Amino acid sequence: MMIKTSLTAAAVALALIAIPRADQPPPAAPPQQPSDISTTISGEAGAPPRLAVPDFIAVSKDAESVAIAKTIGQVLRDDLEFEREFSFIPKDVMATVPAATSMNDVPFDRWRELNADGVIVGTVEKTAGGVRVTMRLFNVRTRQSAYGREYNGSNARLIAHTISDEVHKTQRALEGVARSKITFSSDRDGERMTGTVLERDVKEIYIADYDGENQKRVTVGRTLNITPRWSPDARSIAYTSYRRGEPQIFVSHIYQGTLDELTKGAGSGQNWLPAWSPDGQRICFGSTRGGGPSQLYVMNKDGSGLKRLTNDKWVNTTPTWSPSGNQIAFVSDRTGNPQIYIINADGVGAPQRISTAESYADKPSWSPPPYNEIAYTARTGPGNDIKIIDMATRQVRQITFGEGTNESPTWAANGRHFAFMSTRSGKSQIFTIDRLGKGLKQITKIGNNQQPDWSR
Amino acid sequence: MSTHAMRSIPKFAAVLLLLFAVGCHKNKPPVVRPVPPPPPPTSTTPAERPPAPPEPVREPTIVPSEPVAEDKIASASLDDLNRNSPLKPVFFALDRDELTPENLKTLDEDAAVLKKYPTWTVTIEGHCDERGTAEYNLALGERRAVAARAYLVSLGISADRLRTVSYGKEFPFDPGHDEAAWAKNRRAHFVVTAK
Repeated sequence: MMIKTSLTAAAVALALIAIPRADQPPPAAPPQQPSDISTTISGEAGAPPRLAVPDFIAVSKDAESVAIAKTIGQVLRDDLEFEREFSFIPKDVMATVPAATSMNDVPFDRWRELNADGVIVGTVEKTAGGVRVTMRLFNVRTRQSAYGREYNGSNARLIAHTISDEVHKTQRALEGVARSKITFSSDRDGERMTGTVLERDVKEIYIADYDGENQKRVTVGRTLNITPRWSPDARSIAYTSYRRGEPQIFVSHIYQGTLDELTKGAGSGQNWLPAWSPDGQRICFGSTRGGGPSQLYVMNKDGSGLKRLTNDKWVNTTPTWSPSGNQIAFVSDRTGNPQIYIINADGVGAPQRISTAESYADKPSWSPPPYNEIAYTARTGPGNDIKIIDMATRQVRQITFGEGTNESPTWAANGRHFAFMSTRSGKSQIFTIDRLGKGLKQITKIGNNQQPDWSR
Repeated sequence: MSTHAMRSIPKFAAVLLLLFAVGCHKNKPPVVRPVPPPPPPTSTTPAERPPAPPEPVREPTIVPSEPVAEDKIASASLDDLNRNSPLKPVFFALDRDELTPENLKTLDEDAAVLKKYPTWTVTIEGHCDERGTAEYNLALGERRAVAARAYLVSLGISADRLRTVSYGKEFPFDPGHDEAAWAKNRRAHFVVTAK
């Protein structure tokens, strides 16, 4: 009952924030501007384009419109800065430029003096159902619109994320991740497990926007729920749950409020660490159902069609699929300590060892194109650090250096950043960082949070 | 409406937890307090007391040669039993699942307890310290639980009575971050689930 209520509530909330995308008519362009939008703005030779992103203009002066206009400007700046495809006029410098009141009085001369290549101007007008946001990216030199669109809705952050992804796509041919989400396991509720004779905290599955905003709980199992993984369509989460006593694999369809129990019944053993195939049709996982230590199995997303991939006396666990779906990286302790190996996704052929520089390596995460890298957790001392191996050269680079312990890397869909767990600020928290180790950002702050997974 | 429903869940949960905590408190063994001795017998027995009936014919009571203590273990609730368990955990070295001679001695004693209470069924939990990774520790914890289980089965304990479950490093017994804490957290731990 509680599960259904909260998930239904979440579904309603999510339905409300959905904004029309493809079916939106193109904005009517002012006469002096070409309607053939989406030209690109370039910077000085070799330099990234320099943008001014002032707060959006509240055309209607009601409090909601004013607040939305301010939020969109701030979130859009953060989203665009995240990918570092542009440089920006600093906020205090922008404050010296008189604010436009509409698309028709943009102070291009002032932006030009500040060496801006482009300026993003937006207006917010109150409508019956929320607000209408009109956005233009102007080329400061030509004063023409390089890209523009209209958005309806009431979720300022989602509108800003959408604008950011579209600007990155049209201007830089980059698939942005501003609308992606991160799922993780958290003990923040401080609830205790029921039916246990020992005092133990529950852990529940949460989701957050990629920037850490909008954190929501998606399970109410009142038990240990860990190792969540997004389905490729980001509408379902597979995870390991102890709600039946032993660890088993469940899938929560978070927008329908339904739950699938994929591993169950006599002889199913313990099952953990589900990983979706890139086409979303299959799940690879570790299982003790054979009677020995954890082995890798693959099943269809409904739990049918079980197939065993490994069959030896060592632990084989923590799978991740290659972006093509042809291979699976996993962890085996056949040399005494866990190391990373690769097998073909059909299980044929001998495992190939990948981690050679570590005494202990776990949790491979295979980056999407254009990169071909595997991030993993390596033991570097009393704690662990994140390292990345380039699959072409087999060169390893280290990203974290003993700031607390660092574990469980997971790539963003465009391979430019990854999320991971770190204890550097005290408790276990989720952070994001770029693939070269810059731009660290803390995503969670309440309770202990672990085992992130970043949606496609 | 939806916001209200979502907000009310934590409150409801908090009330449940409070009730649960109160319930748990009741289950804890009462604090032992000294009981005042009974008043000494006096000679002022009421005169109206009727004479004792004649002694019935019966066999003498058999008196055991040793005093019979109440079996507190047999009569304890599962919660009390597991709070002060007669089944002792075994501890492991970093990254290892092999049983040491000391582990075998502990498990010999655990086997004796399980033979004394043949109706008990037990879950053997495998646990790890925080230095290992969360993911691999699931498999390592299971290795540890299985090692303890296999030895108990070799001593004649029925495999049907011994379930294993791995918690990896999710439930440390000692939240500390030093070797003393880690050593306590690398364990196979017994929980009686039925008696």
